Amino acid sequence: MGNDKNIYSRRSFLKVSSLTGGGMMIGFSWMASLKPTEVLAGNTAAAEWIELTGFVKIMPDNMVKIMSPNPEFGQNVITSMPMIIAEELDADWKKVVVEQADFNIPKYKSQFSGGSQSIRQGWQLLRKAGASAKAMLLQAAAAEWNVPVAELTASQGVVYHKAGNRSLTYGALATAASKLPIPEKVELKKTTDFSLLGTAQKNVEGQKIVTGKPLFTLDYHQEGMLIAMTIRPTAFGMQLKSYDATEALKMPGIKNVFDIKVYKEGYERAGFDTRTFNHLVVVVGNTTWEVMNARKKLAIQWEPMPEKKEMVAGWGGKKEELIPAGLESSADHMKNMRGMQKKPAPVLRKDGNPEAAFAKAKKVLERTYSAPFLPHNTMEPISCFAHVTEEKAFFVAPTQVPDFIRPTLVANLGISASKLEIQLARMGGGFGRRAYCHYMVEAGLISQKIKAPVKLVYTREDDMTNGVYRPSYMVTYKAAIDEKNNVTAIHIKGGGIPDNAIHANRFPAGAFDNYLAEGWTIPSNITIGAFRAPGSNFIAGAEQSFLDELAETIGKDPIDYRIELLQKAKANPVGKNNDYDADRYIGVLELVKEKSDWGKPNTKNARRGVAAYFCHNSYAAHVVDLTMKNGQPVVEKVVSAMDCGLVVNPEGATNMVEGAVVDGIGNALFGGLVFEKGEPKQKNFNQYRMIRHREAPKKIEVHFVKNNIDPTGLGEPPFPPIFGAMANALYKATGKRFYDQPFINALNTKG
Amino acid sequence: MAKFNLKVNGTNKEVDVDPATPVLWVLRDHLHLTGTKYGCGVASCGACTIHLNGKAVRSCQLPVSAAGNLEITTIEGLSEKGDHPVQKAWLELDVAQCGYCQTGQIMSASALLKSNPHPSDADIDNFMSGNICRCGTYLRIREAIQTAARNTAK
Repeated sequence: MGNDKNIYSRRSFLKVSSLTGGGMMIGFSWMASLKPTEVLAGNTAAAEWIELTGFVKIMPDNMVKIMSPNPEFGQNVITSMPMIIAEELDADWKKVVVEQADFNIPKYKSQFSGGSQSIRQGWQLLRKAGASAKAMLLQAAAAEWNVPVAELTASQGVVYHKAGNRSLTYGALATAASKLPIPEKVELKKTTDFSLLGTAQKNVEGQKIVTGKPLFTLDYHQEGMLIAMTIRPTAFGMQLKSYDATEALKMPGIKNVFDIKVYKEGYERAGFDTRTFNHLVVVVGNTTWEVMNARKKLAIQWEPMPEKKEMVAGWGGKKEELIPAGLESSADHMKNMRGMQKKPAPVLRKDGNPEAAFAKAKKVLERTYSAPFLPHNTMEPISCFAHVTEEKAFFVAPTQVPDFIRPTLVANLGISASKLEIQLARMGGGFGRRAYCHYMVEAGLISQKIKAPVKLVYTREDDMTNGVYRPSYMVTYKAAIDEKNNVTAIHIKGGGIPDNAIHANRFPAGAFDNYLAEGWTIPSNITIGAFRAPGSNFIAGAEQSFLDELAETIGKDPIDYRIELLQKAKANPVGKNNDYDADRYIGVLELVKEKSDWGKPNTKNARRGVAAYFCHNSYAAHVVDLTMKNGQPVVEKVVSAMDCGLVVNPEGATNMVEGAVVDGIGNALFGGLVFEKGEPKQKNFNQYRMIRHREAPKKIEVHFVKNNIDPTGLGEPPFPPIFGAMANALYKATGKRFYDQPFINALNTKG
Repeated sequence: MAKFNLKVNGTNKEVDVDPATPVLWVLRDHLHLTGTKYGCGVASCGACTIHLNGKAVRSCQLPVSAAGNLEITTIEGLSEKGDHPVQKAWLELDVAQCGYCQTGQIMSASALLKSNPHPSDADIDNFMSGNICRCGTYLRIREAIQTAARNTAK
């Protein structure tokens, strides 16, 4: 794990901390306090962690170390995943120490943090990991006492033999247990027997975070390390022509200036290999400030990039991607999207005879919604440490998907997979941005070239203008209404640059006899990537705003109307592959209705909007209450109802929902990049508006539906519907409907 | 390059750097105190907040040549055992998600409470609005500051 000269080491910088509720991180210094008698007889060397399985290690004094497999970026899987193991292990959570696992698929099976899948996909695996270690401990105790395992129980890190009135700690049993084979089959607990899962536990890294310990890639330091920055064109649609490094090389502290090609000629990209500019100038120096200054002295010539076609092997199979030439602007984007709406588009789903229904309609409600490109703007800008030698390619990197970038690194650095070592640094935010790890390839190439350890640093400007954005979208919803005020058909037509956000099989598909969904795309040289609930993060808001307006048009309560449609979809589903469980969808609507006092006298004057959505396996509903002050919205309260099955850690879960609510409000009101001649106009936080303290809701109440369904995720599901709830609340507060994000533009326009 | 004698967390530190180097980078790259974070470099996000003679300052815009004899306090020096009332409140309320902005938030919050031991929610919002939290933990931060205020008064 790094060389001896590392100043940074996951253990060396930590001090003993007082227990703040379990799951603390500890360091080398505590071992000095171990009393000799606590060390097992026969093991007189300094006590070491005894490894039972890849996930579980035990100390003689009964401390338990649990490895957390998945990369961490604030979703707190570093607490919830070890909790799952600890539950089945029957460990005492107050004696559990958590360590972030390095990248090691054979050991940990899955280390993918994205799509709100960590808990869902880890659920069985982690439970088995805990149960296997416990089975080994029980077996060791059974052997020690010469009794059948069936006579033994385990609880809080101790094995009990009731009949013999005796017990042994896991610490005392660990050595013997570690010699046993890891069982193939294990019995898991009944979820009703859980004692740890479902209880609120604090972030195991809390102490380190509040004391400023070096946790993030940007904090990593190693003796002999150099700092590098990559310089890219100032506009999309441009590429490197030539550069003169003479002045830059004269600057203090500068070691080298050269250029790299991120992907070699002929490399076929995989879905997450997205990179905006392939040919970059690199400046290498001793310190960040010196490199920042030197890069300003580069004399670089950029030239227009010609149109390109690249093969991409995404999840849908191999596809040829067109990367158009030209300098794009937001004004053109909007114009082109409106143009596409007028042309025929690929049909994604059709039920019944929507054309006939529209022809006969007494009234047609038609509304168009749009949203701009969004930068992820993770608080920690992109960075990566790499030291690539003949022996080893060692990375300390912020990556949500180490297994995806492995083949990319192997191919482009010319290393063998067996020599690749990745320490999964804590990330200052992910949101999908760090699933595109081109920066690891860049850092690796730089290290190879300069034959030294290097930390690649992106400035905030580099980070905000380097692409991999949330796409720009437009969608039109049309409803046919007959003379009895029944909605007889729904038509959804929309698209995006360069992806569309139409989920044709989601609600309200299945609730309408006549339904048509069409989707188009416009290619672009602005790169995009997954951004917290891709596709959903736009379409939910549009759909839920439209349903609100439709309910009003036909004189129905917004929640009652949604429930009515869902009940119809359940009783008499139209079509096939309706991608939602109507009961669970109704469940969150009913819960949010109850908890927000919807329709009650005490909320009669509330300026409130509701929205609900299903994505990434979980259901979410929000009611937003706001008031207007000097023409600006003040969010007084948000009531959120979630159905994510069993809630592993209510503390972390609540924090996630609150965060998604704040994030959604911020993006709905303020978020959006504006392009002019290929250049993003906003390059830093003094130009790009983020939601801040004074704009956050005064109060957020989070409620979870109680059921026994296997847990599903929370990173993304609460985010999409908040956009709709905001738009609907703003309507009640201002009398105006909001169709184009960011809403602040319309709010600040008079009339 | 020039030599500067800085007072950091109660200790004298000598550095030999370009006088224009922001204190942020002196702390991070030269003194290896990485608790103070880089978020924007233009004093718009608050991640780099330190105390200069007890007052909150964005270190990304403070050239080392301007620090002089003033007492620099970083997150590492806010308390000896990580038990400043603000730090304790942050743990009690389980504030952090990714954690990257939190040292800046804590430095701003502790400076606020020094000058205003009983801030209203509006006081908190106004003072803290220079600190961005991308993960959206603002409500917990607000509650943690109120908790710390109550606990400091005791």
